[in-house]
Amino acid sequence: MNTDSVKRAQETPGERQPYAELGMKDDEYQRVREILGRRPTGSELAIYSVMWSEHCSYKSSKVHLRQFGTKAPESEALLVGMGENAGVVDIGDGWAATFKIESHNHPSYVEPHQGAATGVGGIVRDIMSMGARPIAVMDSLRFGGANQPDTRRVLPGVVEGISHYGNCLGLPNIGGEVVFDPCYIGNPLVNALCVGLLRKDQIKLATAPGPGNKVVLFGARTGADGIGGASVLASATFEDESQAKRPAVQVGDPFMEKLLIECCLELYQADVVVGIQDLGAAGVSCATTELAAKGTGGMRVDLNLVPLRDPSLRPEEILMSESQERMMAVVTPDDIPAFMAICDKWDVPATVIGEVTDSGRLVMTWDGEVIVDIPPGTAADEGPVYERPFHEPAGQAALNADGPERLPRPTDLRETLLTLLGSPNLGSKEWVTSQYDRYVRGNTVLAQPADAGMLRISEAMPGAEETTRGIALATDGNGRYARLDPYSGAQLALSEAYRNVAVTGAKPLAVTNCLNFGSPEDPEVMWQFSEAVRGLADACRTLGVPVTGGNVSFYNQTGSTPINPTPVIGVLGVIDDVARRVRPGFPEAGLRVLLLGETREEFGGSEWAHVVHGHLGGLPPQVNLEAERALGAVLAEAAARGLLEGSHDLSDGGLAIALAEACLSRGVGCTVTLPGDDAFTDLFSESAARALVCVRPEAFDAFADLCARYEVPCSGLGLTGGDAFVVEGVLDVPVEELREAHTSALPRVFG
Amino acid sequence: MSAARVGVVTFPGTLDDQDAARAVRLAGAEAVPLWHADHDLKGVDAVFLPGGFSYGDYLRCGAISRFSPLMTELIPAAQAGLPVLGTCNGFQILCEAHLLPGALTRNEGLHYICRDQRIRVESTRTAWTSDFADGQEIVLPIKHGEGRYVADAATLAALEGEGRVVFRYAGGNPNGSLNDIAGIANEAGNVVGLMPHPEHAVEDLTGAPSVDGRGFFTSILKRLVNA
Repeated sequence: MNTDSVKRAQETPGERQPYAELGMKDDEYQRVREILGRRPTGSELAIYSVMWSEHCSYKSSKVHLRQFGTKAPESEALLVGMGENAGVVDIGDGWAATFKIESHNHPSYVEPHQGAATGVGGIVRDIMSMGARPIAVMDSLRFGGANQPDTRRVLPGVVEGISHYGNCLGLPNIGGEVVFDPCYIGNPLVNALCVGLLRKDQIKLATAPGPGNKVVLFGARTGADGIGGASVLASATFEDESQAKRPAVQVGDPFMEKLLIECCLELYQADVVVGIQDLGAAGVSCATTELAAKGTGGMRVDLNLVPLRDPSLRPEEILMSESQERMMAVVTPDDIPAFMAICDKWDVPATVIGEVTDSGRLVMTWDGEVIVDIPPGTAADEGPVYERPFHEPAGQAALNADGPERLPRPTDLRETLLTLLGSPNLGSKEWVTSQYDRYVRGNTVLAQPADAGMLRISEAMPGAEETTRGIALATDGNGRYARLDPYSGAQLALSEAYRNVAVTGAKPLAVTNCLNFGSPEDPEVMWQFSEAVRGLADACRTLGVPVTGGNVSFYNQTGSTPINPTPVIGVLGVIDDVARRVRPGFPEAGLRVLLLGETREEFGGSEWAHVVHGHLGGLPPQVNLEAERALGAVLAEAAARGLLEGSHDLSDGGLAIALAEACLSRGVGCTVTLPGDDAFTDLFSESAARALVCVRPEAFDAFADLCARYEVPCSGLGLTGGDAFVVEGVLDVPVEELREAHTSALPRVFG
Repeated sequence: MSAARVGVVTFPGTLDDQDAARAVRLAGAEAVPLWHADHDLKGVDAVFLPGGFSYGDYLRCGAISRFSPLMTELIPAAQAGLPVLGTCNGFQILCEAHLLPGALTRNEGLHYICRDQRIRVESTRTAWTSDFADGQEIVLPIKHGEGRYVADAATLAALEGEGRVVFRYAGGNPNGSLNDIAGIANEAGNVVGLMPHPEHAVEDLTGAPSVDGRGFFTSILKRLVNA
C-alpha cells in the first residue's frame, strides 16, 4: 500500500479524499487546502478531521462558552482556568485541587461496560496530566425509564464498567447521581468526574518548549481501538448502526492506568517532565498538535517508532487511534535516562518518538517519507468557529403555559410519600453505589448517600505539611427543569450542587460542568444551549464561584428528538477542619428539627408531577442566588462553630423526602408540625435555597441568631426521636416501612 | 525501646497500601514499605499484605503475585513463624501461595460489593486476633468481587475442627462463602487471611462507622512486645 506522502499530495492535487466520511464539511476541507497550499495527505486529513470535530474543537459552543471567562467572578482561588486539561484551585496550606467532569455518553450506549470504563480512565488521565494525584471519582448517570427494557441492558453494563475500572484504579467513588427519564432511553448520559491533589507550585501544563527536547510516548501500546471515535462517535447520531460502529469504542485496562498513575507521580517528584499531555480523543493527533502549538511551535515525530499492538496499522490509523492508558511527555535529553528508569520500575513501556523543534511545523515521517507537515496551531487552536442560529423551540410557550396547577392534588399524603420514596429517582441508589469502592486510600470522610462527597487532605508529597483541611464535591443536574427553562435550569443545577457542598459545612469554591444537549445544528437545541450557558455564567458570577473547565456533549438525541437539555454541574468546596463536617440525617433523639429557607407552591418539573402524573410543564422553581449564598454562609459558620448535628439539602421531592431520608440515615424517627397552611405544598414543593438541619436544644438560640443575621428564614418543625416519621395530623410511617419502600426501588427492576 | 516494624507490601496494582501503612502507624508501630521486586524483607517483625488488584488480577487473583521475588522470601519466613496478615487481595495471595488452604472465587451474586459488614470473631488464638473476645461481633468494610471462600470438605472439616476459622460473616453472607467463612488462619496461627478490611476501620473520621479494625494491630503489637 502506497504511503500518501506530502510529495505525493503535491503531485496528485485532484485526488478525491474521504473528508465527508470523516465528518468534515466541504468548506472545512477547503480551508485545510488553503492553510497547506495543497491537498492534505491522508494523515493530515486524519489530524484535521479529528481536531476540528465538535468533540475536540468546540466549534459550535465556543462563542457561548466565552461567557465563563468574561463573566467570571473575581476569585483568588483560581490558579489555572479554562483551556487546560483541567482547572486548578488553591485550597490552602500550599495545596491545590484540580477537578473536571467529562461525558462518555455515546460510547456507553454502544458498549455500556467499556464505554463507561474508559470514561473514567479518560478523566483520570486529564487530572494526572495537571501534575496531580487523582484522589477520587464521581459519576453522574442518566438512563431511560427504569422499566424500559434497554435500561436493563445499559445500566448494569455502565455500573459494572465504572465499578471494574474505578475499583481497580484504587480511587474511591464518593458520589454522583443516578437519574431515570424516558428521554435518555436511546442516549444515556455517563458523565465522569475526577478530582486530584497537587502542591500549588507543582502544576504541570500541556506544553512542549525547548528545541531538542525529546517527545516520549508512554503507557499502553497503540492498537486499532477507538479509531475515529472522536469524530465519528462523538459527532454524529447513531440509530440502528451501533453494530457497525462497535469497534469504534475503546477498550480499557485499569491495571495499566494504575501503573501509569504511580509512574507519573514518581516522574513528577523526580522533576524530569517539561510538559505532559494525556492521550484521549484523537490520540496522537491531539497530543502532538496541542503540545507543539503551546510550546516552541515545532515538533518532529517518526510514527514508525510508535509501539503498536497491531503491526498492520497504517499511519492514519495510528494518528486517530484512541487506545487507552497512554501519555505523552516532553523531556530534556539529560533527563531521559532517569525518565526511562522510572517507567521501567513500574513496567510502563516508554519510547522516544520525536523531538521539539523551532521550525513552527509539526512534521511526521513514515518509512522515511514526510507524511505530515503542518502548522500545529491550525489544527489545535484555529479550527472553525460557528455562530449557529438559534431560536426558542416552537412548543416552548405552550409547554410553559401547561402548568402543574391543573393536576389533581393527592388526598392521601402518606401514600404519596411512599410512592415517591419508592420511585427510581428518589429510591435508594445502593444497588449501584455498593458496587463502588468508597473507602480506598483511607481519606473518605463522606460518600454517597451524603449530599456531597468529602475527602480529608492527607497525601504524602514533598513539601507537604499536616493539614486539617478537606474538600467536598457534589454534582447535580435536572433535565426536566432545564427543558422548562434552560436559563434557570442551569442555575438551579448550580444552586443544588452549591447547596449540597454547603450542607456539609464546606465553602463552595469552584465549578466544573458537563453540558449534555442535542444537535447544535438544530436551532431549538442551540437556543437551549445558549440559554443554559448564559444562565450558568450569570449564576457563577453572583455566587462567586468561577467555572474552571468542563466539557460539552452535543448530538445527544435519537432521530430528531433531543434529550432534555441536561447541564450537569460539579461544585468543589473546602472545609478548614474536616472534623467539623456535618453529616446528613438525624443522629439521635431529642434534637430540634429546623427548616431553613422559604417554601412556595412550586411543582413545575417536580418529582411529584413526574412520578404521579407523568407531567412535564409550567415553570421550574424560582432561582434565588442571593438566598443560596446566605444559606451557604449560615451552614458554613454553623458547622465551624459546631452548632449542627445533622443537615440535608432539600431538592427533588421536597421536605417530605428530605425528612424521610434523614430518618433513614440512622434509623432515628421524628415528629414534626408543618409551618404552612397547605400540607401538600409544605411536604412536596421543590422550592430552591432550602435545607433541613437538626441542632441540640441548647444550640438553638445561637443558631437562630445566626440565621437572623443572614436573613435566612428558620422554622422549627419538631423533634427527632422514636421509630416513625410523623407529621402531626397528616401522616405517620414507621421508619422500617420507609426503608422497605426506599431500598426496594432499584432491586425491584435490576434484581 | 524501638517501635515494632510491620512491613507493608506493594505489588503493581496494590491499592490499600497507604491505608495499611496508616493503620500500622496509628497503632504505634513503624510501617516499612516492602517492594514486590526486592528479595528483601528488611528485617520486619510482621508483614501486612494489603488489598488491591495485584498484577491486574490477571490469570487469577493473586496467582502471579505469589511468584514475585518478595514472596519467595516471605513464604519460608511465614512458615518459620513470621506473623503475616493478608486482607482481600492479600488473602487471595496467601491462598495462592499455599500458606493458607482453599481459594476465593467470584461472589455468588456476581457483583462487586462494598458495604459495612458484621463479622463474628471465632478465634482469638491467632497472632492478629488475641485482643478480641471469642464470639465478639465487629463491623468491618468488605469490598471485593471475588471473596467467596471455597475449599474441599476435608479442608473445611479440618479448619472447623482445629479452630482455624477466625472470622465468620454475621447478619447475612455477602458472597456465598462456604460456612460463612470470612477469614482463616494457618495451623500455627501466625498467618491470617480475611476478606474484610481492618485498615478501613481504625479512625472515627474516615472509613467504616467503626474502629473495630484497631484490634488487629493492638493484637500483633502486644505479641511483638511480649516476644
